[in-house]
Amino acid sequence: MTLFGRSLSIPLPFRRDPGDARLLPQGHLSGPMPWVIAIMIALTVIAAGSGLALRKAARAASADLEGGVTVQIVTAAPVERDRQAAAALAALKAAPGLATVRRVPQGQLEDLLAPWLGTRPGDDVEALPIPALIDVRLSAPATPDRIAALRARIVPVAPAARIDAQASWLAPVFGAIGALQWLAGGLIATLAFATVASVLLASRNALGNHRETIEIVHMLGGTDRQIARVFQRGMAVDGAVGGLAGLVAGVGVLLALGRAFAPLGSGLAGPAMLGWTDWLALAAIPMLGVVLAVLTARLTVLAALRQML
Amino acid sequence: MTKPDAEIVHFDNVGLRYGADKEVLTDISFTLYPGCFYFLTGASGAGKSSLLRLLYLAQRPSRGLIRMFGTDAITLPRERLPGFRRRIGVVFQDFRLVPHLSAFDNVALPLRVAGVSEREIARPVADMLDWVGLGDRQHARPATLSGGEQQRVAIARAVIARPDMLVADEPTGNVDPDMAMKLMRLFESLNRLGTTVVVATHDVHLIGKVEGSLLMRLDKGRLADPTGALRYPPRRDASTELAAP
Repeated sequence: MTLFGRSLSIPLPFRRDPGDARLLPQGHLSGPMPWVIAIMIALTVIAAGSGLALRKAARAASADLEGGVTVQIVTAAPVERDRQAAAALAALKAAPGLATVRRVPQGQLEDLLAPWLGTRPGDDVEALPIPALIDVRLSAPATPDRIAALRARIVPVAPAARIDAQASWLAPVFGAIGALQWLAGGLIATLAFATVASVLLASRNALGNHRETIEIVHMLGGTDRQIARVFQRGMAVDGAVGGLAGLVAGVGVLLALGRAFAPLGSGLAGPAMLGWTDWLALAAIPMLGVVLAVLTARLTVLAALRQML
Repeated sequence: MTKPDAEIVHFDNVGLRYGADKEVLTDISFTLYPGCFYFLTGASGAGKSSLLRLLYLAQRPSRGLIRMFGTDAITLPRERLPGFRRRIGVVFQDFRLVPHLSAFDNVALPLRVAGVSEREIARPVADMLDWVGLGDRQHARPATLSGGEQQRVAIARAVIARPDMLVADEPTGNVDPDMAMKLMRLFESLNRLGTTVVVATHDVHLIGKVEGSLLMRLDKGRLADPTGALRYPPRRDASTELAAP
């Protein structure tokens, strides 16, 4: 008989060529898994993109306003207002540590106030006591000490002057932006947790469905790692498909939001546009999602297999 | 003559109970030697399947000592079990074929588990299926095979990796007498190449048709020794007698 003879060339059974691709059914671990991952990744991309945009806007605004100081000459008498404004301007130009100083032209002020004060015939804007404004840029951040130093120079020559750091006006806005960033971070963490939980459930479900086969593979000498690799592979495929779909959907939403905010043109919307490093970070999210899903599947399967002999 | 230190399996005062029930195996002691052919008989419920489960490492005993391939199997770390299991071919009573795999893939399973490349798998698996008369059913799923065909696939899977020990639980229960004899010849061929064969069966006619075979009989969880299988040296030198055509 030649069945077990050399001519049959039965290979040695202890080689380390991993041929475990067909130990368990190939395909997805469970039907909805790619969809679940796609939704998770899309939401994560949107949350992360929004967080990055807010951070960028906050940084840009903060850098813009960091050294900004506004001096208002608040007095109803136009002549006295002009005199004090000129005196304050002269005192500021003589002060150290200033990058630029300029008085905001009266016409520009009236233009700014026109939407609120009216522009129809009979609206006498000029009759209103609008404060004179002096825009100051410090060469360093407008700290309370520097503001106090400026006040000490200005108030003796312009008693009606009010001096404020521009950043302080937007402090509540920055606080809100910070809170939104934390919210985005919290959403991302929650989504990551939900992804892990979904993968864990899917892996356990798949383990239950294939328990009989797994026991057979064990009895034939299959190792836990071989079996785990099959599940990892299935989860990687599901994760890659879902991740890609989620990325496309998430980026689509971000682009649509960008278009919606673009007409605002200025303020926070302009600087909030994402840079290429931000897009790269967003593109990495599906990959991180796949790694997280695969790792979760592996640990879940290995933990379950350790319960078997 | 086989030397005592070349034992392949040694049970010493082994007992097995499931949960808090009474023992299904009691004071089981025996030694299996390389190249011997053993039949295990006994009435239903005598403990044959439980003993086989201990033999193919699907179960740890409640007490006693088991040494396999020269190693203490009781304290064997879990991560070393696969290496030992690859040295044991098993024919399950209920076949336990993987339902989603074809006959070919089921037979190839032990080789794939062992990491053999696909290129080296095709030929021996096809030859093995030819031998058991299923050359034309390679792509059939177990659900489309008859009981006898499934049993032959299970046997082909058990012997494809040429194990050191073959454990078969009623391997001819679902095949006709001709196929039963053919499968026994297959086991004998494997046995002649040095594989220790343990066959659990009710079929007393089968036992007489394998020359030099040794008989162990289980009765209510205890082992009897009708042909001297449990003594060393065995009453009959199986390796010499089985070498005859």
